[in-house]
Amino acid sequence: MAAPSNRAWHVVLLVAGGLLVLVARATVNEYILSIINFVGIYIILAVSLNITNGFTGLFSLGHPGFMAIGGYVTAVLTFPVTRKAMFLELPRWLAGLQLPLLPALLAGGLCAALTAFVVGIPVLRLKGHYLAVATMGFLIIVQVLITNWESVTRGPLGLNGLPALTTLWWVYPWVAVTVYAAWKIKFSSFGRSMLAIREDPLAAQCIGIHLFKTRVLSLAIGAFFAGVAGGLWAHLVTAITPASFSLVMAFNIVVMVVVGGTGSISGSFVAAVIFSVITEFFRPLEESFDIYGIGEILMAAVLILILIYRPTGIFGSREPRFLVAKES
Amino acid sequence: MLQIADIHVYRGKTHVLKGVRLDVRKGEIAALIGANGAGKTTLLRTISGLLRPARGKILLEGSRTAGRMDISRLAPEGITKLGVIHCPEGRGIFSQLTVRENLMIGAYLRSDKEGIAADYERVCTLFPILGSRSNQAGGSLSGGEQEMLAVGRALMGRPELLLLDEPSLGLGPIIVDTLFATLAEINAQGVTLLLVEQNAVKALLLAHRAWVLEIGRVTLSGSSRELIDDENVKKAYLGGT
Amino acid sequence: MSSGYIAQQIVNGLILGSMYALVAIGFSMIYGIIRLINFAHGEIVMIGAFTTLGLLQYLGLPFPLVALAVLIVGAVVGILIEKGAFRPMRGAPQVTGFIASLGVSIMLQNLGILFLTAQPRNFSFPDYLQRVIQVGPVSFRSIDAVIMSIALILMGALLFLVHRTKLGMAMRATAENIDVARLMGININRTIMATFAMGSALAGIAGLMWGGKFGQIDPLLGFVPGLKSFVAAVIGGVGSIPGAILGGYILGLAEVLFVGLLPPIYSAFRDAFVFSTLILILLILPNGILGKGMEERV
Repeated sequence: MAAPSNRAWHVVLLVAGGLLVLVARATVNEYILSIINFVGIYIILAVSLNITNGFTGLFSLGHPGFMAIGGYVTAVLTFPVTRKAMFLELPRWLAGLQLPLLPALLAGGLCAALTAFVVGIPVLRLKGHYLAVATMGFLIIVQVLITNWESVTRGPLGLNGLPALTTLWWVYPWVAVTVYAAWKIKFSSFGRSMLAIREDPLAAQCIGIHLFKTRVLSLAIGAFFAGVAGGLWAHLVTAITPASFSLVMAFNIVVMVVVGGTGSISGSFVAAVIFSVITEFFRPLEESFDIYGIGEILMAAVLILILIYRPTGIFGSREPRFLVAKES
Repeated sequence: MLQIADIHVYRGKTHVLKGVRLDVRKGEIAALIGANGAGKTTLLRTISGLLRPARGKILLEGSRTAGRMDISRLAPEGITKLGVIHCPEGRGIFSQLTVRENLMIGAYLRSDKEGIAADYERVCTLFPILGSRSNQAGGSLSGGEQEMLAVGRALMGRPELLLLDEPSLGLGPIIVDTLFATLAEINAQGVTLLLVEQNAVKALLLAHRAWVLEIGRVTLSGSSRELIDDENVKKAYLGGT
Repeated sequence: MSSGYIAQQIVNGLILGSMYALVAIGFSMIYGIIRLINFAHGEIVMIGAFTTLGLLQYLGLPFPLVALAVLIVGAVVGILIEKGAFRPMRGAPQVTGFIASLGVSIMLQNLGILFLTAQPRNFSFPDYLQRVIQVGPVSFRSIDAVIMSIALILMGALLFLVHRTKLGMAMRATAENIDVARLMGININRTIMATFAMGSALAGIAGLMWGGKFGQIDPLLGFVPGLKSFVAAVIGGVGSIPGAILGGYILGLAEVLFVGLLPPIYSAFRDAFVFSTLILILLILPNGILGKGMEERV
């Protein structure tokens, strides 16, 4: 295992990222800015799914379900009181409440993490592809519940006219926090327990790793960031509907993790950037040439090719050498 | 009949067989003895095509081959077709199939209905228990019966060379004796046998010639008489004295 | 709630169950032989539905011929998917195959959108298949009777094939132990291909039925039958063909009765009900009703 991280490079990357955000704010137009925001949200999603899926090997397709929970909680909390009264039937304490974005995001993330605990305790007893299927079931159940809980969610209509609070200065600090947290976890003893579980659950248990606790925690940590990403998403698009968080989205995030390399933070980061740029690039192309679906087809093709020819992804489980300090 | 020339086999990164050479003569019973992990099963799996050697040749000369032919690159189904039939470790009974189906699947590559029926009768005479349980699921048989089923199934393919992987494993001594007597009978009917065994005494008593395999190399070879008398073999495999 | 109403609901459940069962059989067979949850299986239902639409409505071929063609198209698509995506990654971890099948599924859906547009199309059968038949308190269309009988005939044929022929024996042997099957001289590539072909043919014909039953099709229609048939296969015990049939009918009946017998507000929760059942069964009865043990349990 690698030794502690190379702090100098991390600071350099952080400063460079900050400068890039500044430059982007000053130069490019609104449309490009929104794409850069989406890229950031996808980075959060891919890196956080990597904590669950890559580190611990829990193949979850439920990420958009946690996003949906975070997104709706955040949206309801930031929704202006006057509009709340118009559209929703909320309990009194909630109806009169309007929070700034940060506490709303934290609340959204925490709700998602809490759900992960509740769902994870029974479901995480399943392994491998059965877990994947069960988490997919979870995602669909979340969608159905949101669609039918009309007094809070307005059902299939969703909530629109949300304040457009999400900016680069919201998204990218969260990107930094997510990556930092993932990095800290990966190179801690907790992270090593996770990797041990992924490689050989039985052996991990034998050396005293608490299997179940580690699994539930890694699902919950992933879910927290997914919830935050959902909140950022809602306030970027300024609308949120049950259909926003679909199985296709789960698939896209999984593709990023698998292609980047399950377990590699840098891999997820890079793959998230590449794929979300490609998707956003194809969207106008699809619309103008009437070739809907091309982006997804390409994405799926790349996934299948990677699975056949390089099943460990681009980076494997590793991080680039220069980001990790020399082994002691 | 079978000549193994300098075979190297890797499993993952482990070099399991490091240049094994041996030859099995037509009509004999040959035995390969050695400890756990020596590579005995790997060798049989390589002969039957389940594993590919990295280097080396496996030459087969039988009535269904044109002269001598290298079978080391053939798929298992091709090798089975040539009359080399492998009774795998742990018997490999299809537990959901009936006893009869298990035997019939041994004749999968054949299409001579009458010949198959005759061989079925023959196997049921050799192992009467199989005939009386023909409609039972393979998985419901006892260990000894399953071993008989595995041997019977192999016979259904009309083997010229029969590869047997640990046939005595997990069986009581009386059953082992009956089984080995039957193996001798099968050999007397003209089937060449290559037997892999941890039960070295039994194997050496049955076989004409034998090899000792140690961590991927043949360290000793000769007639089984010679090996029984060999001091090292005695100490390592025959329980001392 | 009259007994006639309940009888009607049961018939509706059996119709839906026939379709779930046909799709679930393929799921189960494919899982049985290579331990793959083939998520792309539902997309063959979609392809079957569009093939029916093209041949029956646009080309005007007679119905029996269309049904036969749909079976063949389903089989061919199944073979292509197996060869193109799953064979190259045979031996990889099970999750890899599952994710790849999700990829194939999304690819097929979007190929459908690309070439056929996402617009739903109306699907109508000739009049003689639309006639309403009244039996006592129960009424159904002739197509519903056709759906149920085709399903029963095909299931019978499949069970015969699997249990009474040499190919079926080879399939069962391969499902149990691939290595030993090869030692018997079985060409496992061909056997696996045959399994995909048969399972996919049944899914294709289920597409014909789906279109006939619901009257409208679009490139995303495979999602729901695919997912629910998977649930059906799990209920019955993945890997078991009789289990898949049983699971299909149970799920079909349960779903229709859930909607038909409970107050209407609950009917919106039908899918949540289906998937909660799935998760519950996975947890409580992981081998399903007729299953024989499940891999990967640590």
